[in-house]
Amino acid sequence: MKKLLSGNEAFAFGAYLAGVQLAAAYPGTPSTEVVKTCAAYDTIYAEWSPNEKVAMDVAIGAAYTGRRALCAMKHVGMNVAAESLFYSSYTGLKGGLVIINADDPGMHSSQNEQDNRNYAKFAKVPMLEPSDSEEAKNYVRIALEMSEQFDTPVMIRTTTRLSHSRTLVDMDESNRVIPTDEIPAYERNIPKYVMVPANARRRHPVVEERLQKLAALAETLDINKIEPGNDEIGIITSGVVYQYAREVFPTATILKLGMVWPLPKQMILDFAKRVKKLVVIEELDPFIEEYVKVLGLNCIGKDVYPIMGEFSPSLIREVSYKASLISEAPANVSAVNIELPMRPPMLCPGCGHRGLFHALKRLDVSVFGDIGCYTLGAAPPLAAMHTCGCMGAGFGVVHGVDKVGVKGRTAAVLGDSTFFHSGIHPMIDVLYNKGVSTLIITDNRITAMTGHQDNPGTGMTLLGEPAERIDIETVVRGLGAKRVEVVNPYEIDNVMNVLKECIDSDEPSVVIVRYPCVLNVKEKHPVPVVDKEACTNCGTCLKIGCPPLTKNEEYVAIDSILCNGCGLCAEVCPFNAIKKPEEQ
Amino acid sequence: MRNKIDFIVAGVGGQGTILASDILVEVGYKAGYDVKKSEVHGMSQRGGGVESQVRWGKKVYSPLIEKGKAEFVLGFEMLEAARWTEYLNPSSVVYVNKHKMFPPTVSTGQAVYPAESAIEEELKFRAQHFEWIDAIGLAQQLGNPALAGVIMLGRLSADLEIAPEIWLNVISDLVPARFVELNKKAFITGRELKG
Repeated sequence: MKKLLSGNEAFAFGAYLAGVQLAAAYPGTPSTEVVKTCAAYDTIYAEWSPNEKVAMDVAIGAAYTGRRALCAMKHVGMNVAAESLFYSSYTGLKGGLVIINADDPGMHSSQNEQDNRNYAKFAKVPMLEPSDSEEAKNYVRIALEMSEQFDTPVMIRTTTRLSHSRTLVDMDESNRVIPTDEIPAYERNIPKYVMVPANARRRHPVVEERLQKLAALAETLDINKIEPGNDEIGIITSGVVYQYAREVFPTATILKLGMVWPLPKQMILDFAKRVKKLVVIEELDPFIEEYVKVLGLNCIGKDVYPIMGEFSPSLIREVSYKASLISEAPANVSAVNIELPMRPPMLCPGCGHRGLFHALKRLDVSVFGDIGCYTLGAAPPLAAMHTCGCMGAGFGVVHGVDKVGVKGRTAAVLGDSTFFHSGIHPMIDVLYNKGVSTLIITDNRITAMTGHQDNPGTGMTLLGEPAERIDIETVVRGLGAKRVEVVNPYEIDNVMNVLKECIDSDEPSVVIVRYPCVLNVKEKHPVPVVDKEACTNCGTCLKIGCPPLTKNEEYVAIDSILCNGCGLCAEVCPFNAIKKPEEQ
Repeated sequence: MRNKIDFIVAGVGGQGTILASDILVEVGYKAGYDVKKSEVHGMSQRGGGVESQVRWGKKVYSPLIEKGKAEFVLGFEMLEAARWTEYLNPSSVVYVNKHKMFPPTVSTGQAVYPAESAIEEELKFRAQHFEWIDAIGLAQQLGNPALAGVIMLGRLSADLEIAPEIWLNVISDLVPARFVELNKKAFITGRELKG
């Protein structure tokens, strides 16, 4: 029987079939569904860890005992987990460890488009790259077997397009590895697992030898294969890009790489000899191309195929045609003659973050931000966040800004899940190093941006069990913060007063802005009513950027289907023209 | 069985585009095609656009459709439909739900929502057939605006050589149990729109 699975669901199914017993991750688009789906299999213990590094350490621990383990993260999550990737490359493991790494070419929902194949080379670990959901399923098992045979973590690279496409998967379970329920004894091995310099010096040659053996394996591994064609053009490619290339070059000879690190040297040399023109088609960095060129081969690569952005069959056809590699021209499409306004994402109607950013804007604060729904506070018309680099950056950045001093008000904002992810350490820095910053935590009680995952503050685990709710206020006070305020973002006057006092003070302060995500709790109140006589069409309410508010010729209208009745527009209206109906 | 049929389903978060495309890809599979589906929905819950691409074929490689090669475009919202003109060719068929959802740039007065007639013009001259569907109106008559997507699928189904039972079975499988009958009714309503 076959079933349509997304790439991420297929990774989880593959983990189940391969007898994985532990899966850990921090949510991050486009990787979130991997471990979320693992949680549905009762032979897999699955968890949301507070960040990617913790998730990887947890998976490494399970693998140290001899069990099979998986961790998953988006590409930038690998930056957080990198240190663990590097030590586990040296120590190796006992049970298999597979790391699902999701790159995001085109930055559908990321701050950069780094190519994490570089991490495989950097950390000297193998990397596989499937091209559809069936391969995603199968490669998990190949990765785990490779991990155990060569005593190394194995990375699998996916991209947004593979993770979020649905393709057919064979659901046969007859070869499933049934996980053991035998309790293992932890096998102590200090020289292997304690990476002090003396031991690490002995492990490094092991890593180099392993890489040589893996390179030899790459020559014969059946996931690296040649699809014979007319040999006029020979294409080296991998991942979902293979699918685009296959479609645009139906008669070319293709070397499809299922393993993208280490690369099969002899196979590539032979392939180059066989074909008249060698072409490397890969998204993002010239990773394969550089290897090919170091081998002394000529090839077409980034001179034709862009180094940035997501590929598609349309793009590959367009640039291949321009380079005279194919004869079928791209479709002749005339441009649209009308202007199509964009539809950018916005804070939801009724979102509690809106009140906070409205207040910060009115107080003219320079806001050092972070990653989450609240990053949308940077979007017009609010435009009230002024930096966003990575998870947990804002608290450290504002401390640096405040230490050297700038004119005007400053503050930093991050969310509850981000606080647990990487906001605690910079908060310690502010408190320890005599900082003066105001650190704001938007506590909406869920990891909202990635689709409402539980986190240490929600009191529930990924497996749906009640858990210790880590109380942010207690944590903050425990770190030594003296001034801690908790406010409701809809009480806008109070928010303004508290922020003003905290920001203008010479002491460090923490403001917890607490209101549950309205999308998650599906909150809805009666819709405010616009008094058309009183409305002067001044546009003040439109400055809060709430989607249901629309400017008419004479007054502002509220779309009653979109509106959740939070009443912030009524709060900010200077003419009292928007009235909140009394709650029932 | 045709060589291939490529569909684009475009709308706004919350309109049921993902469910509709899930039904569409499953129907193709049940009808004997190789199928793939791709979607972009990262920010859909925050009011962004949602697009799904569904491909049926003897053998489908890419999950993405090439420009100029879509057989059908289903627009759940006018403006979102208009974004896919580049995927049309002179034999394409376009169905658009006659429904506007203003993006924030429009509601705050920074941009203008294109005129209905302009959208129609853009789509019409690039395709073989263009048709407005009053899917929201019909859905409201059935008691729930969320049925609009299945009404659109019903209209589409009338152009495809696939037994209605296959559609209805897939709808029963994918829609929550208590909404199955209503969705079946919506599908039939859409299917009967073909003049």
